[in-house]
Amino acid sequence: MVRLLVWIVFGLTVLVTTALAADPVQIEIGYLRRAGVKPTLSLVEQPAENDGVAGARLAIEDNNTTGKFLNQHFRLEEVRLKEGDDAAKAAIALADRNIGFIISDVPADSLLKAADALRDRGTALFNAGAIDDRLREHDCRTNVIHVAPTRSMLADGLAQYLVWKQWKRWMMVVGSHEDDKLLAEALRRAATRFGAKIVQERVFEDTGGARRTDSGVTLIQRQMPVFTQQAPAYDVLVAADESEVFAPYLPYRTWDPRPVAGSAGLVPKSWDAAQDQWGAVQMQNRFLKLNSRHMTALDMQAWTAARMIGEAASRTNSGNSKSILDFIKGPDFSIAAFKGQRLTLRDWNLQLRQPILLVDGRMVVSVSPQEGFSHQFSELDTLGVDRPETKCEWR
Amino acid sequence: MWRLCLVSGIAVWLAGTLPAGAFVAYVSNEKGNTVSVIDTDKWAVTNTIKVGQRPRGIEVTRNGKFVLVAVGDDDTIQMIDTATEKVIDTLPSGPDPELFIQDKAGKILYVANENDNTVTVIDLERRARMGDVQVGVEPEGMAISPDGKFLINTSETTNMAHFIDTETRQIVANVLVDARPRFAEFKRDGSELWVSSEIGGTVAIIDPVKHAVTTKISFNIPGLRQEAIQPVGIGITADAKTAFVALGPANRIAVVDAGSHQVTKYLLVGQRVWHMSFTPDEKYLLVTNGLSNDVSVIDVAALKVIKTIQVGELPWGIAIAPQ
Repeated sequence: MVRLLVWIVFGLTVLVTTALAADPVQIEIGYLRRAGVKPTLSLVEQPAENDGVAGARLAIEDNNTTGKFLNQHFRLEEVRLKEGDDAAKAAIALADRNIGFIISDVPADSLLKAADALRDRGTALFNAGAIDDRLREHDCRTNVIHVAPTRSMLADGLAQYLVWKQWKRWMMVVGSHEDDKLLAEALRRAATRFGAKIVQERVFEDTGGARRTDSGVTLIQRQMPVFTQQAPAYDVLVAADESEVFAPYLPYRTWDPRPVAGSAGLVPKSWDAAQDQWGAVQMQNRFLKLNSRHMTALDMQAWTAARMIGEAASRTNSGNSKSILDFIKGPDFSIAAFKGQRLTLRDWNLQLRQPILLVDGRMVVSVSPQEGFSHQFSELDTLGVDRPETKCEWR
Repeated sequence: MWRLCLVSGIAVWLAGTLPAGAFVAYVSNEKGNTVSVIDTDKWAVTNTIKVGQRPRGIEVTRNGKFVLVAVGDDDTIQMIDTATEKVIDTLPSGPDPELFIQDKAGKILYVANENDNTVTVIDLERRARMGDVQVGVEPEGMAISPDGKFLINTSETTNMAHFIDTETRQIVANVLVDARPRFAEFKRDGSELWVSSEIGGTVAIIDPVKHAVTTKISFNIPGLRQEAIQPVGIGITADAKTAFVALGPANRIAVVDAGSHQVTKYLLVGQRVWHMSFTPDEKYLLVTNGLSNDVSVIDVAALKVIKTIQVGELPWGIAIAPQ
């Protein structure tokens, strides 16, 4: 009898404990990183080894602070590709472990391969690192949500400001690599849309050579003025140099005393360490505390991606990846990301609408959309490819 | 000599008998690092007090002796003596204090510290820290239920109103609201808790017993895009009939029928309107306009803006001393 009682009491205790502290719902997020880090001309702009993923790690902490009240727990599974690794294989390996969301920082071609490999697997990719417009246009996929802005959004954000400033005559210098040409195309489109004129274009050929030399400055100081001389009258030099070959050499070295914008000088970005409006200081402080360095645009894009998943998990009170994704793609989804207004998804191509910061390396000079560029639905849709122009047909 | 005494005596007596209806309002100027002192009889700034870095949350102690102002970038709360209008001491808040609230007796101060996800509890008499409560990411809005039993804290990135038992200092409930909740206010009878969501663009009406959102107030201003409507400060009259909601960059105060939760009117005020405070007689409501560096005065009965007072740079919070 006593033994029976003991068993009953024991049984009750077990029941109560489990009811009080049920295991939290586990929500796993994969993070796929590209191999290597792109070298920059400026030593201070050289990305940190954990560029991007550091933002996702902070978002996981933020999600877990909230998750404690909802009995949800988030975890980041990081995969770093090596040179020659297949992104699709790595993505499949993550999906095989029942990971429903993968934040992706890989180039456009790898992203597409991964997206097609994940088709029918129920795992979605959150593109944090590729700005190519084609991924949102003729190469759009239903299982890719784009958190990074597009080249055209960045170009439009810059163009709106230059036009507002009445710097409407642009002299454009374009690099010789494919990405430079794509940026030039976006800038040309922006000039036409907002009423600027490209008075002349020049190509800066990449002839190879080391990015850092001991006596580099002397040579550059002679090269750049010569390269920019005999230009027609212009207000601002716009550089398209994603490959980091020449643009950072232009400020203060142009033949005519003119400001530089685009890939150097006044640069359009999704985020900057100098951004301090709309509560951003708290975010910058949290990031600095966790990572002991400043927060980059890629860090912010990854943070936003992981926060979107956390936000949808708390709104749906669910760890089910289908419910979370349906909510993110649905009409009620929005995310706060320290940019002064809610960010939402364009339903025609799953691109996150967002203001574009214009920064000079020390300060945020302005934030686009600029006043006066109006839109019937959202002023954020004055940036990038709008619904009537989209070439996205879901496949 | 006698004459001099008599004259100064009269002067003191005159100063002591301000006309009825004259109150003193204190406005924190976020960028100016100052507190503007406003005489509500003259509707004029009578003094500008230098304070620490980035003053935002501001309150007058229950006994009227001190103005407390959170100076976030100095990681502290400064105490201003209302008699001398000088900073005389600091309170040990946590890092980056923003908003805070006192209990009914004026003995305990609860402070939201944006930087480390905590609410700090401070003994106002001893001016000492009593403890912390762990809350969500970026705590901001603070309220106490009229019966004193529950402290409410809203967290801006977690998007919740946390109900904290003031006895045990444990969280007893969490209510999810729209994005970036910034301010919380109870109806005087304790029947409803109102929480504004700046980025979500709504005010949630919460049943404090069921811990559930019963309805949400949305705002619609013709000709204004939805993203510009960003509710922050809330004021509810003592009879719980009328509420006022500051709509930030929409440059308007929404007047809400607090019974039916319907918006009845929008009052145009200055740019980026943040917070508000009633005069103790509730005849006037003063609101701070962050971008136009002024304070609008609203006649509560007439529902009209009757005056604009220039203050310091980027006015944020406002508190009015009890008479």
